[in-house]
Amino acid sequence: MLVDFFLHLKSRQLPVSTKELLALLEALEARLVSGSLDDFYLLSRTLLIKDEALYDRFDRAFGEYFKGIEALPGFDAMVPEEWLELAARRHLSEADRARLQKLGYEKVLEQLKERLAEQKERHAGGSKWIGTAGTSPFGHGGYNPEGVRIGGDSVGNRTAIKVWDQREFRNLDDSVDLGVRNIKVALRRLRRFARKGAATELDLDGTIAGTARNGGWLDLHLRPERHNAIKVLLFLDVGGSMDDHIQACEELFSAARAEFKHLEHFYFHNCVYEGVWKDNRRRHSEKLSTWDVIHTYGPDYKLIFVGDASMSPYEVARPGGSVEHWNEEAGAVWLQRLVDAWPRAAWLNPLAEAYWGYTPSIGMIRQVIGNDRMFPLTLDGLERAMRSLSK
Amino acid sequence: MKFEGTDSYVATRDLTLAVNAAVALQRPLLIKGEPGTGKTLLAEEVARALNMPLFQWHVKSTTKAQQGLYEYDAVSRLRDSQLGDPRVEDISHYIVHGVLWQAFECDQPSVVLIDEIDKADIEFPNDLLRELDRMEFHCYELHRTIKAKHRPLIIITSNNEKELPDAFLRRCFFHYIKFPDRETMQRIVGVHFPVLKHELLKEALEVFFDLREIPGLKKKPSTSELIDWLKLLLAEDIPPEALRAKDAKDAIPPLHGALLKNEQDVHLFERLAFMSRRKP
Repeated sequence: MLVDFFLHLKSRQLPVSTKELLALLEALEARLVSGSLDDFYLLSRTLLIKDEALYDRFDRAFGEYFKGIEALPGFDAMVPEEWLELAARRHLSEADRARLQKLGYEKVLEQLKERLAEQKERHAGGSKWIGTAGTSPFGHGGYNPEGVRIGGDSVGNRTAIKVWDQREFRNLDDSVDLGVRNIKVALRRLRRFARKGAATELDLDGTIAGTARNGGWLDLHLRPERHNAIKVLLFLDVGGSMDDHIQACEELFSAARAEFKHLEHFYFHNCVYEGVWKDNRRRHSEKLSTWDVIHTYGPDYKLIFVGDASMSPYEVARPGGSVEHWNEEAGAVWLQRLVDAWPRAAWLNPLAEAYWGYTPSIGMIRQVIGNDRMFPLTLDGLERAMRSLSK
Repeated sequence: MKFEGTDSYVATRDLTLAVNAAVALQRPLLIKGEPGTGKTLLAEEVARALNMPLFQWHVKSTTKAQQGLYEYDAVSRLRDSQLGDPRVEDISHYIVHGVLWQAFECDQPSVVLIDEIDKADIEFPNDLLRELDRMEFHCYELHRTIKAKHRPLIIITSNNEKELPDAFLRRCFFHYIKFPDRETMQRIVGVHFPVLKHELLKEALEVFFDLREIPGLKKKPSTSELIDWLKLLLAEDIPPEALRAKDAKDAIPPLHGALLKNEQDVHLFERLAFMSRRKP
C-alpha cells in the first residue's frame, strides 16, 4: 500500500526512507485522518518531509501523483446540506445575499449543488477550480478568482485550488532565497571551535583528575573558553558589472561581519592586481599593496572571492589588461599568488551557474583557482562553498 | 485526546494534525518556522490543552546531551568529601536528574520541550537518538536503566542554524509553521485582545502587512511583534485614525519601534516614509 506513492516521491529525489513510510501506514491505520485528500496531504508531509526547503518539491510530486483524484477511494463525496449553506453564507456579499433572498434559498442551493456535481464530472481529468465566469445567482463575485476553498473538514469534496497546487513554500526552496539570516546560517557551517586566550573557565575533568593525583587535596584547573577560530579573508569585486548584484553582496557582507570574528575584507575591480583597497570611496588614494596583504595574513586564513568574474579575457591573461590602470603583471598571476598563499579558497559568483559557460573569463578564472572552487551565490552554493572550505 | 488549539493559541489545521500524529504515534515532533511564530509556545499550550505536565529544556551552545539525562555533581561530592560529610558515601545523592529523567519517571504522560536544538553542538542530536527512540537510557553511576513509564510527547524546536543529522530527522515528525495569513492573524489577535476595537485591529493589520511587504527589510516583523505593538497601542490609547494617516504628514505609524527591531530597517522605513510624504 502506498508503495507507488513512496517510489514516486523517491523518483522525485525526495529523501524518504522506509521507516517513514511505515510510520505513515501506522498513522493511517490509527485513523488519524478521515478520507479527505487534503488531510492526507498534510499528514504525509508531516511524516515524510523533514525540511521546509523540500516542501515545494513535495508539493509538486504530490500534485503529479494525485492529479485528478478528489478524494481517497471509497469515500464518496457527498455534500451535506448544512455545510453548503454555511459555505454560501460565508462567501456571499450583502448584495448577493439580498438577491438570494429573492430567488429563494432552496433553489440556489439546488443550483450550487448541481454546479458542484457537474464540475466534478467535467473536471475529473484534473482541473482544479470552479469557473469564475458565469451567470450564477452568486453574481460574478460568487467565487473569488483564486477559488473559494470549498472543502470543509467534513468531506473530501474539493473544488478550490488544492493546497499543494498553491505552492506557497516555493521561496523556501534553497536554490532561490537568500537573505541575511539565511546567509548567516550558511556561513555558520564554517565554524571551528578552539580554546585560545585567557583561561577563565573551570575545567572540571582536569580538576577532578588533578585532585585525585593530589591525594584528595583540591587542585583547580582552568582553561580558555571556546571560540570560533575561523579566519576569513574576503575579496569583493566592486563596480562595473557587479552593480546588478549589490544587494546580494551587501547581504553576504553583513552576514559575514556578524558571523566571523576574524574577518578582513578587501575590494578589487574585476580582477585582482598589485593593489587592493579597504575603503571604496578612497580607492585611488589608499591602495594597499597585494604583496603586503599576502605577507600579513597567515596560511590559516580562508580566502573567499566574491565577484561575477565577467570581464574581457585580457584583464585576466595579459599585463596591461586592466581597465583602470596599467598593470605590470597579468591578473592570472596575481590570482595564482593569492591562491598559493591561502590554499583554502572559494569563489562566490552571483551569476547563475547556468550562464557561466557563456563568459570566457569565468572559465579562465576557474582554471586558475581550480574548477571546483567556484560556487554560485545562492544558499545551496554557499553551503557547498563552506563545505569545501572546511575540508 | 486531541489537540485543537486553546483559548489562547490559534493552531491551524496542519499544525493540529501534526501534533495529533505525534501524540498518537508517540514520535518526537520537530517544529521549525520564522522567529516569533509561536514555536516554543506550542509545547506549553499542548501541555495545557492535554492536561499534561511540561518539562522544558532550553538548549544553549554549551548544552550537552548528557545534561538532559542526568549529571554527576562531582564538585559537590568533592566538597563534601573534603568536609567529611557522611552523605558522600552514597553516590545517588550527587546524581542530578535532567529533564528527560524527570519526564521518564513522571507518573503520567508528559510533554517535553527541547527548545532551540540547533543552538547546541553538532553532535547533540546524535547523542539523543537512542533516548528518543527507545525512551530509555542507562545511568552508569547507579548501574541501572531508566525507562519511561509513559512515553512523553517530545516537542523540539529549531531555528535552522544548523542542519540536523538525517538519522535524527528520520525519527521525528516535522512541521514548518508558516507565517499566518491575514485571516489566521485576525484570529490570533482576537485571542490575545478580545475587546480590541474592530477599526483599530483592521488598521493595525493593514499597517503590519504593508510593513512586511517592504522589500529589503532585514528582519520582518512577526506575530509576537504585532502582539507587542498592539499592546502598546492599547496602553497609549492610540485612536485608529492615527494609523490611517498614510498619506498625511506623519506616514510613520506610532510606536513603530515595537515592530522594527533593526536600526537599518527603521532607517530604511523612515526614508521610504519621507519619500512618500514628498509626493503630492
